[in-house]
Amino acid sequence: MSAPAAAGGRPRPDGLPRPSDALTGTPHDPDRRGYYGQMGGRWLPEALVAALDEISDAYAKARTDPEFLRELDRLAETYAGRPSPISDAARLTEHVGGARILLKREDLNHTGSHKINNVLGQALLTKKMGKPRVIAETGAGQHGVATATAAALLGLDCTIYMGRVDTDRQALNVARMRLLGATVVPVDTGSATLKDAINEAFRDWVANVENTAYIFGTAAGPHPFPLLVRDLQRIIGAEARVQVPALTGRLPDAVVACVGGGSNAIGAFHAFIDDPAVRLVGAEAAGDGVDTGRHAATITGGSVGVLHGARSFLLQDKDGQVLESHSISAGLDYPGVGPEHSHLADIGRAEYVPITDAEAMDALALLARTEGIIPAIESAHAVAAALPLAKELGPDGIVLINLSGRGDKDTETAMKWFHLDDPAEPDQPAKPERPESPERPPETSAPTAAAAGNGENR
Amino acid sequence: MSGNASAPTTSSASAGTAGVPVPGTAGRLGGMFSELRAAGRAGLVGYLPAGYPDLPRSQRLLRTMIESGCDLVEVGASFSDPVLDGPVVARAQHQALRGGTRLPEVLRTVEAVTSAGGRAVVMSYFNPIIAYGQDAFARDLAAAGGSGVITPDLIVDEAETWLAATESADIDPIFLVAPSSPAERIALTAGAGRGFLYAAAVMGVTGARDSVSSVAPELVARCRQVTTLPIGVGLGVRNGAQAAEIAAFADAVIVGSAFVARAGLEDRAAAEAAIAELATELADGIAGAASDDQETPA
Ligand SMILES: Cc1ncc(COP(=O)(O)O)c(C=O)c1O
Repeated sequence: MSAPAAAGGRPRPDGLPRPSDALTGTPHDPDRRGYYGQMGGRWLPEALVAALDEISDAYAKARTDPEFLRELDRLAETYAGRPSPISDAARLTEHVGGARILLKREDLNHTGSHKINNVLGQALLTKKMGKPRVIAETGAGQHGVATATAAALLGLDCTIYMGRVDTDRQALNVARMRLLGATVVPVDTGSATLKDAINEAFRDWVANVENTAYIFGTAAGPHPFPLLVRDLQRIIGAEARVQVPALTGRLPDAVVACVGGGSNAIGAFHAFIDDPAVRLVGAEAAGDGVDTGRHAATITGGSVGVLHGARSFLLQDKDGQVLESHSISAGLDYPGVGPEHSHLADIGRAEYVPITDAEAMDALALLARTEGIIPAIESAHAVAAALPLAKELGPDGIVLINLSGRGDKDTETAMKWFHLDDPAEPDQPAKPERPESPERPPETSAPTAAAAGNGENR
Repeated sequence: MSGNASAPTTSSASAGTAGVPVPGTAGRLGGMFSELRAAGRAGLVGYLPAGYPDLPRSQRLLRTMIESGCDLVEVGASFSDPVLDGPVVARAQHQALRGGTRLPEVLRTVEAVTSAGGRAVVMSYFNPIIAYGQDAFARDLAAAGGSGVITPDLIVDEAETWLAATESADIDPIFLVAPSSPAERIALTAGAGRGFLYAAAVMGVTGARDSVSSVAPELVARCRQVTTLPIGVGLGVRNGAQAAEIAAFADAVIVGSAFVARAGLEDRAAAEAAIAELATELADGIAGAASDDQETPA
């Protein structure tokens, strides 16, 4: 990243870029038809092409519109809390006994995840396009909460589609969205999760496209969404590419992020794509295990097809029917993935590893107990993927984990998983050590509850 | 405009700007539209997913639709994620999938219709066709006697492989245009398609509606400015009066959800009777429009 331009005003005294600096064109932009290599494009009804063109045009203008860029930067700093810091995870590093582990703290953003970065930009674009209403899909509810938040902030009418399975497992976020004035519509069709919420949002959009903008929540879908969402998330990696050398004197050896549709990961990866020495590692949700068929590891276990507007990897059967995905993490429970990740996998620039529910939950407990940070279950997948990598790289290495969100929304799931509400053992925490690690984290209190499914049941 | 249509013919792309309708490619369905033109009326097209409510009954009901007045049936292939369908059709597709209907069964259904003398096209979302193999599907559909394929989520910009496959199998690729489509996209789409152009009467998903929107005549008029391809109008049509209204300005009236809802009736005989009755009512509406309106559809 070159020296931050002053698009959003004076350069920051700390030398960090602003969101506006991350919107400039790159050699990794898709072609005119929205293709990243063989992936992407527009595979959806003709009725929506005009609306997508409208967004493409509005975004092309916004990229160089000083007023838009200033407003985006102002909201990012004074409302969402950017820049997000990097935390040196000293006790986790010590526990793992390998590379130095750093955390990019997107969990500290307003509303609790990276989703706000994208939503503020798209909501401002909606205002520019003069549309009074926004719709969005949500899985974990984080994108829904972020959208409802931006809609409240900017005075937009807001409807959120959410699968019934997810409204049940993320009830807290449903309540937050409703508090913020949004209408939450539970979706019962199909698997009643994120993919079905997206279907329903597209149906709404086709019928109301004249007055409605679809604020897509991840770097997937038809062109220009993968580009637009990526660019609005690029600030994550752009900041980190300045912060990590400031802290350590050099670039990290690896950047690790969880991949649902892929927005936090592509945002974290992008600034490092042209640094061949930096490994880019995406953690996919392997649910019960890729070989069980109950998973959401799209790149690891899928094949190329078209869904929700893009040609990309996809979990599908031999007849091209989309399979239901499975993950303990609502935000990763999606059978598709953004086209740029599929392309990065295709050309071998990024690697994608499967992380099971049990591995993610162990990592969640480990981070909580070593660093005092309860990550979102989504982000815990990235933590889990980073642990063996840190060991492999050894003490001279540096691993940056993008901590995409905080875990408050997942308290109930964690409570069930770890039996935290077991009246027989009221003060029972999760056991943070992993089987191959004999050492305990320095401070523990009666660590007896094993994560279900990891073979260590009491 | 991101549409870099490598596939469609260049002549049609320029037609939109020149304002001269370009002759559409008649295709396999050309004969049907010539007959309709000679008879001075619009055609009736009915949709039902193969495998709904089950495979044998869908085949029986599709034949009933033809016997009772449909000039063409759309044999629906089902998809797990039918984004352009409302609840009635989406539920029917999920039921067909649960019953095991996939493209091979769809092809068998087409064969059942055509071997009984009917005309059939397939309506399918595109991912199952990709999985089957675009060339193989086009070839197998032609062998089953099918005339073409309607692909609701395939825009011409992405259709290069499909256009080649349908061309070599000699079946019609049928594309949709919507009220939101600007003139140059209508021209592009009409130039690539064969058989007819499917004009969506409303912005929205499938599902019966009380009134036919005023945008349909305007959209058809915009289509006619750029192409001579026959125009079929669908989405939301559910009764004879609406069919008559549309028949006054379109070349074909397309009815889906209203048939699907009747096919779902618990009692088999009642479902069959209701389907026959609806087809008759729609065909009568269209015939009525032809007789009160001497200005026959193009
Ligand atoms: C905290 C968090 N991280 C990650 C994701 C996954 O989305 P993406 O892959 O687009 O970053 C979500 C989605 O809900 C989320 O809430």
